[in-house]
Amino acid sequence: MAEFQNFTLNFGPQHPAAHGVLRLVLEMEGEVIKHADPHIGLLHRATEKLAENKPYNHSIGYMDRLDYVSMMCNEHGYVLAIEKLLGLEPPLRAQYIRVMFDEMTRILNHLLWLGAHGLDIGAMTVFLYCFREREVLMDCYEAVSGARMHATYYRPGGVARDLPDSMPQYQPSPYRSDSELRRMNEAREGSLLDFVEHFTDYFPGCIDEYETLLTDNRIWKQRTVGIAEVSPERAVALGFTGPMLRGSGVEWDLRRKQPYEVYDRLDFQIPVGVNGDCYDRYLVRIEEMRQSVAIMRQCVDWLRDNPGPVQADAPKVVPPKREVMKHDMEAMIHHFKLFTEGYSVPEGEAYAAVEAPKGEFGVYLVSDGANKPYRVKIRAPGFAHLAAMNEMVQGHMLADVVAVIGTQDIVFGEIDR
Amino acid sequence: MSEHMAKLAEALQSRFSDAVVSHAPATGEVTMEAPVAQYRDVARVLRDDPGFAFAQLSDLCGVDYLAYGDAEWTTEDSTELGYSRGVEYYQGEDDPERDSPQRFAVVCHLLSLEHNRRLRLRVYAEQTQFPVVPSVVDIWPAANWFEREAFDLFGIHFEGHPDLRRILTDYGFIGHPFRKDFPLSGHVEVRFDPDRGRVVYQPVTIEPRVTVPKVIRAARGQTPSEPQEAGRDG
Repeated sequence: MAEFQNFTLNFGPQHPAAHGVLRLVLEMEGEVIKHADPHIGLLHRATEKLAENKPYNHSIGYMDRLDYVSMMCNEHGYVLAIEKLLGLEPPLRAQYIRVMFDEMTRILNHLLWLGAHGLDIGAMTVFLYCFREREVLMDCYEAVSGARMHATYYRPGGVARDLPDSMPQYQPSPYRSDSELRRMNEAREGSLLDFVEHFTDYFPGCIDEYETLLTDNRIWKQRTVGIAEVSPERAVALGFTGPMLRGSGVEWDLRRKQPYEVYDRLDFQIPVGVNGDCYDRYLVRIEEMRQSVAIMRQCVDWLRDNPGPVQADAPKVVPPKREVMKHDMEAMIHHFKLFTEGYSVPEGEAYAAVEAPKGEFGVYLVSDGANKPYRVKIRAPGFAHLAAMNEMVQGHMLADVVAVIGTQDIVFGEIDR
Repeated sequence: MSEHMAKLAEALQSRFSDAVVSHAPATGEVTMEAPVAQYRDVARVLRDDPGFAFAQLSDLCGVDYLAYGDAEWTTEDSTELGYSRGVEYYQGEDDPERDSPQRFAVVCHLLSLEHNRRLRLRVYAEQTQFPVVPSVVDIWPAANWFEREAFDLFGIHFEGHPDLRRILTDYGFIGHPFRKDFPLSGHVEVRFDPDRGRVVYQPVTIEPRVTVPKVIRAARGQTPSEPQEAGRDG
């Protein structure tokens, strides 16, 4: 009988299932993985160093580009850290808007995760379904900020502007009939809130569709049940957060445990898994989408009834309105100083964390009293998850690596920063 | 919540007499600065003592305090000299404080799921030429990659780390890019050399520049929304 030696296999960085630029060096024994060594940093852009060389507000846009499938949640973490140091609280309406968009972002993220995860382990159709709904949510992003992905919408002291009263509509085109056009524009007649409400009405039905495709699917279960089990104690020790931690049965959600913004006023449930395998993490994320829809609906109802300001009354931080600048010298000066120099943040340090779709997204900010942060450290949830890659795939087959990358919901924008 | 944290600060101070514990009521955060010699003992107690039970290490990062509090543009000088806003790019290489002690620190953010509270633990590396801090990988396994990152970006050596390699920078990278004396534009750039038919490294050809100078205005403990009094910091 022939002797086989262990061999090493290069997985990525150019591999469709590597979710970007992951290079995995796998030490294999036959088809069983003995050791996995992820090489990261191929997307390293030194976001933190760039942020240290710019006034505070200039870096909000960089945050979108960290985890580029949950854009506004990243902004939220950064903005919260600044607000914590400034001692600034945004108006209630801005807090509801932020929560609504955070939950929208969670659905956006989970849809991409579900589509990509499904595609990776052989379920083609669900990808197309997921991207159909993502498009609708991206339209909401665009309506409110002008950008489909990198919104730069949250600002210290509130959000950039109030929700629009109208939605952009599809234009007539030789490629679609009038009836088709009417059908497409049906939900877009009203305001953004009407559009979001319409989405919350039909989206639970879409989740049912995804579940029909996957939850009891024999192939799906063979690929995920019992794969990469993590015990609750180990998950905590490895620094897991978000669905990765809840999938192992630890009931820990910052929205509930350390509520920020208005999460303590909203009614929602925290799903947890039992076995801590890929299948449980899948179920947790599916249920999170349902809870997110419920939260969005509550926000829509509140926002409809409560108009008001969306930026704090803090002229040293929040730029003045254009019409005020026309007659108020003081506002003119504030505008000039804010846009040439920025605002100075009191000396100190703060760590602010939000429950991003992938887990705890934290920003550690050190200020020496200047108009630029002295040190920014971004605590990306995926970084801790990928660090546990080796432990999760050891003893599994090569094909399960793809399932583990999928279940970890890896996005390199945040891991490499 | 603030009372809860104040109690934690008290408990920490009485348990670790050599450490400096501070509680910032404005942010509701507790920071503990421990001597580097006791770092591992402190970490172990923080994890295992049921009164603290910091089971999770959320984050670990390096901080370089070289340029802390150095403004690039001061109002008074600049007003006397005229209206030019041009400033010199911060030349970290010439900073006389480069080798001063207490330049590098390691900051851990700990989370206790049981008590639902966070703690910031800071240790300063003793030397600056060759900063060394003991590793806490065996206490919190999550520290593994975070320490590799701090080593890569700041050159802080973690004694006892099982696998201290670079993690984020390129293969064969020279220097520690997040140190304050490392220029933002770096030292080398790459381009394709058609003559040699491959990618080559060369010294950077761009001039470092400052678009918005660093200005220190906010005085200690003051929020900018409050009216500012005379006698500012800078």
